[in-house]
Amino acid sequence: MSSIAQKKGFGATIWDFMTTVDHKKIAILYLISGGFFFLVGGIEAMMIRIQLAKAGNDFLSAGLYNEIITMHGTTMIFLASMPILLAFMNAIMPLQIGARDVAFPFLNSLGFWLFFFGGIFLNLSWFMGGAPDAGWTNYASLALASEGHGIDFYTLGLTISGFGTLIAGINFLVTIINMRAPGMTYMRMPLFTWTTFVASALILLAFPPLTVGLFFMVFDRLFGASFFAVEMGGNTIIWEHLFWIFGHPEVYILILPAFGIFSEIFAIFSRKRLFGYTALVFATILIGFYGFMVWAHHMFTVGLGPTANAVFALATMIIAVPTGIKIFNWLLTIWGGSISFTTPMIYAVAFIPSFVAGGVTGVMQAIAPLDYQLHDSYFIVAHFHYVIVGGVVLAILAGTHLYWPKMFGTMLSEKLGKWTFWFFFIGFHLTFFIQHFLGLMGMPRRVYTFGADQGWDLFNAISSAGAIFMAIGVIILLVNVVMTTIKNERVGNDPWGDGRTLEWAIPSPPPFYNFAQTPLVRGLDSFWIEKMEGNKKGMIFAEPLGDIHMPNNSFIPFVMSLGMFVASFGALYFLDGDKPWALAVLVIGLLITFGSMLVRSLKDDLGFHITKAELLKDAKGGNTDGH
Amino acid sequence: MMKGIKKWRLFALMTALLVFLAGCGREEISTLIPAGEVAQDQFNLLILSSIVMLFVIIVVSIIFVLAIVKFRRSKMGEDMIPEQVEGSARLEFLWTAVPIVLLLILAVPTVYSTFDLADVSTMDVQAEDGTSTHLTVNVTGKLYWWEFEYPEQGIVTAQELVVPTDERVYFNLISADIKHSFWIPSVGGKLDVNPENVNTFYLTFNQESSELDDGVFYGKCAELCGPSHALMDFKVKTVDREEFDQWVTAMQSEEPPVAEGDLAQQGEELFGPDGLACIQCHAISGSGGTGGIGPNLATFGDRNRVAGYLEHNEENLKNWIQDPQEYKPGNLMPDASSLNNGEELSEQELDALAAYLMGLTVEE
Amino acid sequence: MDINQRYTPQSWPEHPETATMEGKNKFIGFWLLLAAETVTFASLFATYLALKDKGPSGMEFSAAGLFELPLVFAMTMILLTSSLTSVYAMYHMKNHNFKAMQAWLGITVLLGATFLGLEIYEFNHYVHLGFGYTNSAFSSAFYTLVGTHGAHVLFGLSWFIALMLRNAKRGLNMYNAPKFYLASLYWHFIDVVWVFIFTVVYLMGVIG
Repeated sequence: MSSIAQKKGFGATIWDFMTTVDHKKIAILYLISGGFFFLVGGIEAMMIRIQLAKAGNDFLSAGLYNEIITMHGTTMIFLASMPILLAFMNAIMPLQIGARDVAFPFLNSLGFWLFFFGGIFLNLSWFMGGAPDAGWTNYASLALASEGHGIDFYTLGLTISGFGTLIAGINFLVTIINMRAPGMTYMRMPLFTWTTFVASALILLAFPPLTVGLFFMVFDRLFGASFFAVEMGGNTIIWEHLFWIFGHPEVYILILPAFGIFSEIFAIFSRKRLFGYTALVFATILIGFYGFMVWAHHMFTVGLGPTANAVFALATMIIAVPTGIKIFNWLLTIWGGSISFTTPMIYAVAFIPSFVAGGVTGVMQAIAPLDYQLHDSYFIVAHFHYVIVGGVVLAILAGTHLYWPKMFGTMLSEKLGKWTFWFFFIGFHLTFFIQHFLGLMGMPRRVYTFGADQGWDLFNAISSAGAIFMAIGVIILLVNVVMTTIKNERVGNDPWGDGRTLEWAIPSPPPFYNFAQTPLVRGLDSFWIEKMEGNKKGMIFAEPLGDIHMPNNSFIPFVMSLGMFVASFGALYFLDGDKPWALAVLVIGLLITFGSMLVRSLKDDLGFHITKAELLKDAKGGNTDGH
Repeated sequence: MMKGIKKWRLFALMTALLVFLAGCGREEISTLIPAGEVAQDQFNLLILSSIVMLFVIIVVSIIFVLAIVKFRRSKMGEDMIPEQVEGSARLEFLWTAVPIVLLLILAVPTVYSTFDLADVSTMDVQAEDGTSTHLTVNVTGKLYWWEFEYPEQGIVTAQELVVPTDERVYFNLISADIKHSFWIPSVGGKLDVNPENVNTFYLTFNQESSELDDGVFYGKCAELCGPSHALMDFKVKTVDREEFDQWVTAMQSEEPPVAEGDLAQQGEELFGPDGLACIQCHAISGSGGTGGIGPNLATFGDRNRVAGYLEHNEENLKNWIQDPQEYKPGNLMPDASSLNNGEELSEQELDALAAYLMGLTVEE
Repeated sequence: MDINQRYTPQSWPEHPETATMEGKNKFIGFWLLLAAETVTFASLFATYLALKDKGPSGMEFSAAGLFELPLVFAMTMILLTSSLTSVYAMYHMKNHNFKAMQAWLGITVLLGATFLGLEIYEFNHYVHLGFGYTNSAFSSAFYTLVGTHGAHVLFGLSWFIALMLRNAKRGLNMYNAPKFYLASLYWHFIDVVWVFIFTVVYLMGVIG
């Protein structure tokens, strides 16, 4: 943040962030809250590994263990990985396409606050009678039988944050369709923008089934419906279908932006155009498309019959083809390049073998008969941690280092960054590689303890030791963030020196209107093109300097989300006989939400203009914060 | 110094060996030591897919290592601008086609095996006398224990499945409460135990469990079903057909087992309707019906474990009776004091119960 | 975009809903939202079909015995007509004829409210027969599917009313034209969903 922002009082800064509609500030909000939940999920992971470090351990009780694994999975997927990726999408994607903001700045803010309040609501369960304990998949028969309100925190919390994510998805889609700078054709879009686009489309189509499933669960548990109540004619397999119709695309919602980040990194730090850009784009689209056709491979053991299992097995195998195309194109991108091993680049390089390992075990599990052995064993635990940690989390860590200067105007320490990498990377393989074998040796997943007579002691101990390394890596990253922020050495437009896309052509952090003049794009990697042609400004402009229209800040998104948060408490306690106020709380919450929606609808909000004179003054004075 | 290194080498070698040996796990439970045709099929698929995948990994690794060694900036020079290659249609075709071929290699056995393992058409084949030629076991998953009914034979047992070797055994699976999953890793893959529908599959047991260290194969619940999911174990005793028939006959005998000795008789008293009324939930005759609230205890004395996972001795049994929640949180068995008007059982009463239960046996 | 700019039918653009950047964004965004809504209803339909006639053993209700076509057919006709009247309203919006647009929207709202009233009557009727929300998996699935549609109708009505009241005095401009357009698009979507409900739930229910 610039010197101007620091002069603002603390309260004013908080208020600014609570009302902001600027995609770059919303990105920071996503990063901070996603980062916070990442730490929470990480602590839960450590507790799991402590419990399983030796046979018959009693560090956690059985019930508490189930709560922790449920919250670990849910937190990491919904509240850490996705929001942090949304942070990068928000911070970078509009800059990459030369836009001044996203299509719906107001909705962008609403999306964040819905996610935030949903996440807080879910985690409040720890302090209000116990967390959900039916696994992050929340299978219906167990969820319906779960006592207390843990599951209700899960369903309501995820419903709220799911709405937020859906809104973000629509917003990014419209932004990319409508707001590209002149010359930025679809086939000139940077790959991170492409993956954002496809991931957003997946969000759009995958979240509604989850929301429907969650609603069924809410109605069953809180309002006496019987979608999943077998004795009332219900069917629990419906939940499994709805969950996985969402759940499988969700994996690609996470991994595609990760692919996008790595694609940017490979090109930047090899100083080379992405090899087979067109193939990479089509592979991305194909992966997104197939993502919806394979959900039942999570249900091979459910008893859907051999025909369904065979069809879904083959469909699943096909996904390996576009994924393989991506891997080879990345390899050929660095081939013949000039590789600079910066922190983001070593993450990207390390990602390739890690992700290939996760990918091949995925193909093994696509073999339905073999999956009867692997399903719900530690093999699957190893597999999805290889793709999620080896793919998504490595991308998040790489992206954090890569985009930190663009988001905050100062660079994370490369030295500490490499320490983080080595600890995290070694710890990651140590923790999860061995778990493949635990699975093959017959260890089911989600067990809070195991007997010394099962032969799993040694490997579990090794796995737990690895987790410590990962924790040390994350702690070093935190130290790095604090030290970097204190030092606050400002950097220029293109701190890595080899930036290729538009975001590196403007100041770090960019002014709140991003581009004083909209750029004109002449090809893929437009900043690189201008650099190679010796254009000192980094871009050519599509318009003369003129007034810029900007949206107003608004407090309404915060209030709307707060209303949903309040209403959720009402719904939660609706059927508890001893809480007559629950209905009132539910109604008040909904009134707050719909009332503020009405206010938004009735009150004209036309935004404001930055005049040409102000832009000129900014350009001279280097004031880029706009306030 | 040299000696030190040698010792270290030996140590490293031993460690590697240990990890390798441990890598296969115990034969009672490891999928890597298959003891049945189904597990063998699945193991073969594992090996086949591992070889194919290893090939992929090796190809990727070679390109990968060459690339990051050859093209480091320190070698290429600080100011070198590489040629901006767009791509290559030929290469794209190559790495699209080769994986498709590799997948086809995997796809054929996958489809074949999927249908093969789901083929239960011979289940209802009947011999001339009207009895089924194959054994069918109805499995019911209940909160943290398993009930095994042999409908043709009219017998019921729990927690310890007894099956004949070298023939197909069919299983009908259903849950009485929460979804479970029925898994005997060394004999074959799992199948879910759903609350709403019966799932059917078969397994073949090719090894007699008496050859194992522990004398039984280990079975597991593989689907999270509540706090004690981790403890929802069962055991599998595999015997040859002759021995199995003997066991069935013994189970079918209507006679309730006779408690031998004073202590056991006192235990029987306590177990019965005038004592703690354990018998309300636990049947003690193998020929009883299904649907018991608690596991059938007809074969309790023959079992390998107490509560499915504790070592089979009187000490553990007494602890279990006193406070079942301590050992399997969330299970449905009341603790002893609540059945005894709020009073703890005396040590002597526990001994009596233990003696009685350990005496419930159908094996010689 | 100047909210105070006055238009005549001559200066009014051909496609006022997409004449501004905001309008274009809303237009695309809303279609995408409808895509998400489609998936939502698809999930609800699939669930309904899976749970149709499923209940506790001995349940007395079935789709064939419960539904009565005449009432539902009347509801269908009313909603279809309201879709038509909203088309007229949009026709006048594009011709910058504010009063005619408001009038047609008014008729649309009346028809929609009638539909909603009949639906409430229908539900009430079933509940009195003993077919309450908690009766069975079938009843839960039925009320959730049809009720979600009903909630959409309610939201659509509120949206129309809010727009009509808010803009009653100031007439059409480039700021509110996209809003009117999207509200009517939403109304068409609701109508299409109802056609599916009528077919899948009622027609197939009574026949099958």
